[in-house]
Amino acid sequence: MDLLRWGRDPWGEWVLTHISWNLFWGSLFAGILFFVAHASYMFLSAHRKRAAAETDALEAKFKSLPAKIPRHSLVARLFHWVMAAAMFVLLFTAFLPIVGVQFPWVTWHWIAGLVLTASILFHIVHATFWLDFWSIWVGPKDIPEFKAEILRELGHEVEGPKPGKYPLGNRLYHLAIVVAGLLVVGTGVFMMSRVRTPLFTRNPYLFRDSTWGLTYVGHGLAGVGLVGLVIAHVYFAVRPEKWWITKSMIFGWITRRQYLEHHEPSRWAVAGGGTSSAKPSQNV
Amino acid sequence: MAVIRDVIPAFELFQPASVDDALRLLDQHGADAWVLAGGLDSMDWLKDRIKRPRYVVDLSQIAELRGIKEANGGLEIGAMTPLTEVVRHPVVRDRFGLLMLAAELVASPQIRNQGTIGGNVTQDTRCWYYRGGWNCYRAGGNTCYADTPTAVNREHAIFDADRCVAVSPSDTAPALVALDAQMVIRGKNGERVVPAEQYFIGPGVDITRMTVIKHGELLTAIRIPATWAGAQFYFEKVRDRQVWDFPLVNVASAIKPDGGNIGSARIVVGAVSCVPRRLANVEAAIAGKPRNEATADMAGKMAVEGAQPLRYNGYKVPLMRNLVKRAIRGSEGGTWTS
Repeated sequence: MDLLRWGRDPWGEWVLTHISWNLFWGSLFAGILFFVAHASYMFLSAHRKRAAAETDALEAKFKSLPAKIPRHSLVARLFHWVMAAAMFVLLFTAFLPIVGVQFPWVTWHWIAGLVLTASILFHIVHATFWLDFWSIWVGPKDIPEFKAEILRELGHEVEGPKPGKYPLGNRLYHLAIVVAGLLVVGTGVFMMSRVRTPLFTRNPYLFRDSTWGLTYVGHGLAGVGLVGLVIAHVYFAVRPEKWWITKSMIFGWITRRQYLEHHEPSRWAVAGGGTSSAKPSQNV
Repeated sequence: MAVIRDVIPAFELFQPASVDDALRLLDQHGADAWVLAGGLDSMDWLKDRIKRPRYVVDLSQIAELRGIKEANGGLEIGAMTPLTEVVRHPVVRDRFGLLMLAAELVASPQIRNQGTIGGNVTQDTRCWYYRGGWNCYRAGGNTCYADTPTAVNREHAIFDADRCVAVSPSDTAPALVALDAQMVIRGKNGERVVPAEQYFIGPGVDITRMTVIKHGELLTAIRIPATWAGAQFYFEKVRDRQVWDFPLVNVASAIKPDGGNIGSARIVVGAVSCVPRRLANVEAAIAGKPRNEATADMAGKMAVEGAQPLRYNGYKVPLMRNLVKRAIRGSEGGTWTS
C-alpha cells in the first residue's frame, strides 16, 4: 500500500506530490476503531470517579462557591464553534470528493480555511493575553495526574491529583489539534497562492517543486490526521458522562458539584472558592 | 512534446463482442485497463508511452455500439458510430444539422472515418504539458504548468479554470449540448442517462477527468431528443490550420424563431473552458428579441463577461465574442440549416 505519491518534475527528478488517499481511509478506520474500542472499554470496565460522599464533603467545604461556575467565556465559545464549523466544512470539502461525492469544492475549502486561520490567530492572541494560557498545556508536571488517571481508568481507587481546569485528555487532544491545525493552515495558506482567488495574484513559483511536494504532503498528513482527531472529539462530546463538558461549551458554565467532582480546586481556583490558595483563573 | 517512438509498449488486447463482456473485462482489470474506441486519442497516449496500460479493451467488435436509429422523433446514436456515418446520415442532415456541421469539421476525412462520436466527446484534453507527460494536476501532480507566467497557453481556458486550465477539444460536444442530448452510460451496476451538459466535468469537480465516466463504465449511446429538431442551427469552428486541427474556439447554436423574433435558443461555446460552455445568460437575454445586429452585439458582449485570459490566449475573448455574434446573426460566415 502506497503512503506517499511521487512524480517527476520537469527536470526529471523524483519529487513528492501528495499523500496517498489510502491514508485517509487509514485515519477514518483508526478513528472509528478508537471509538469502538473506547466505547466497549467504557461499557465493560470499572473505571473510577470521585465518590459521591467525597464530593458531598467538598461541597460542604466550598459552600461559598457559586452554583454556576463559569468555564468558557462567550468569546471563547464563539471561537470554538466557528472553528468547529470551519473544520467540518474543510473536512467535508476535502474528503467527500475522495469518497465519490463530487462537487466544486475548492472555493468552499479555501474560504473555510481562511476562516479557520483567522479564528486560530484570534485564539492565539486571545489565549495569550486574556486567558490562563498555560492551563491547556501538558508538561512534566502532569505526570502524576497522568498516572492517577490511568489507574482510575483501570479501576483502581487512587488519591492522585484531579485535573485543573482541563482534564488531561482535553489537554492532550488540544496538543494534537495544535500540531495538526497549525500544519494544515500553515501549508494551506501557501497552497492558496496556486489557486485563483480574488485576494492575491497566483504565484506558482513561490517554491520549487520539491518544496511544494512537501507542502502538499504536510497538508495531506495534517488533513487525514484531523479526520481521526475530529471523530474522537465528536465521540467524546456525545458520550453521556462528558455531556457536562459539552454543555459548558454551549452555555459557558458548569455546576458547583461538577466542578468539585471533576476538578482539583487547588489547581483550578474559582472566585468564591475560599480555601484555595491558587489564583482564580480566567475563563478559557 | 514527447518523442513519439516506433513501438508501443506491449499490452494484452481484448476485443469483446458485447457490452457486457467489455464491462466484465473492465471490472476484472480495473485501473490497468484502457478503453479503445476509434483509437485517435488512445494511440497518441500509447505511442508517446505516457500511458502504459496492461490491458486494452477494444470496442470495435461490439455491433450494438454502432449505428444510428430513430427513436421518439429523435435519434439514438451508438457511441462507436464513426463520425463520417454521423455526417452522412439523412436524418442527422435533415433534422439535426447542427451535429452534422460539427462532426464534419472534426479533423480530416481519414480521421472521421476512423474516429467515433463517443470517442470524440469523451477524448482527453490536448493540453501539451499534460499530453507530454508532465506531472501536472490532471496527471495526479500538484502543478499546472500551463498556468504560469511563462507558459505557452494560447489554446487554454479563459473561463472556469480551477488550478488546471485545459479545455475540451471536442467539436461535437458543444453541438450535443446545444441539442440537449442525453448520454447513455453503462457500468456493472446498470445504466444511467446523463444530460450532455452534465456529462462534462471541470477541474473544480474532478481535476483528473473530463467526463463523468468512471473506471469500469462505458458511454454506449447518445440520444438526441426531438426538442430541437429542425431548429435554425449554426456551427462555426476557428482553428489554426483549416485542413486539420482542434478548435481554438467553436460555437454551436440552435434557435427556434417565434414570429420575427428569437423564440428560444441554446448557445454553446467550445474550447474556452474545460467543459462546453453553455451561455444560459445569453439565451435568456435574446429570447423574444429580433435576430438583428443589436441583439447579436449584446449577446457577444454578454458571452465573454467574466473571461480571465492567460498570458497568450487573450485573443480568445474577441474571438468568442465575434463567434457568438455570428451565431446570433446566423447568416454570415457560417452555414444555416433548418
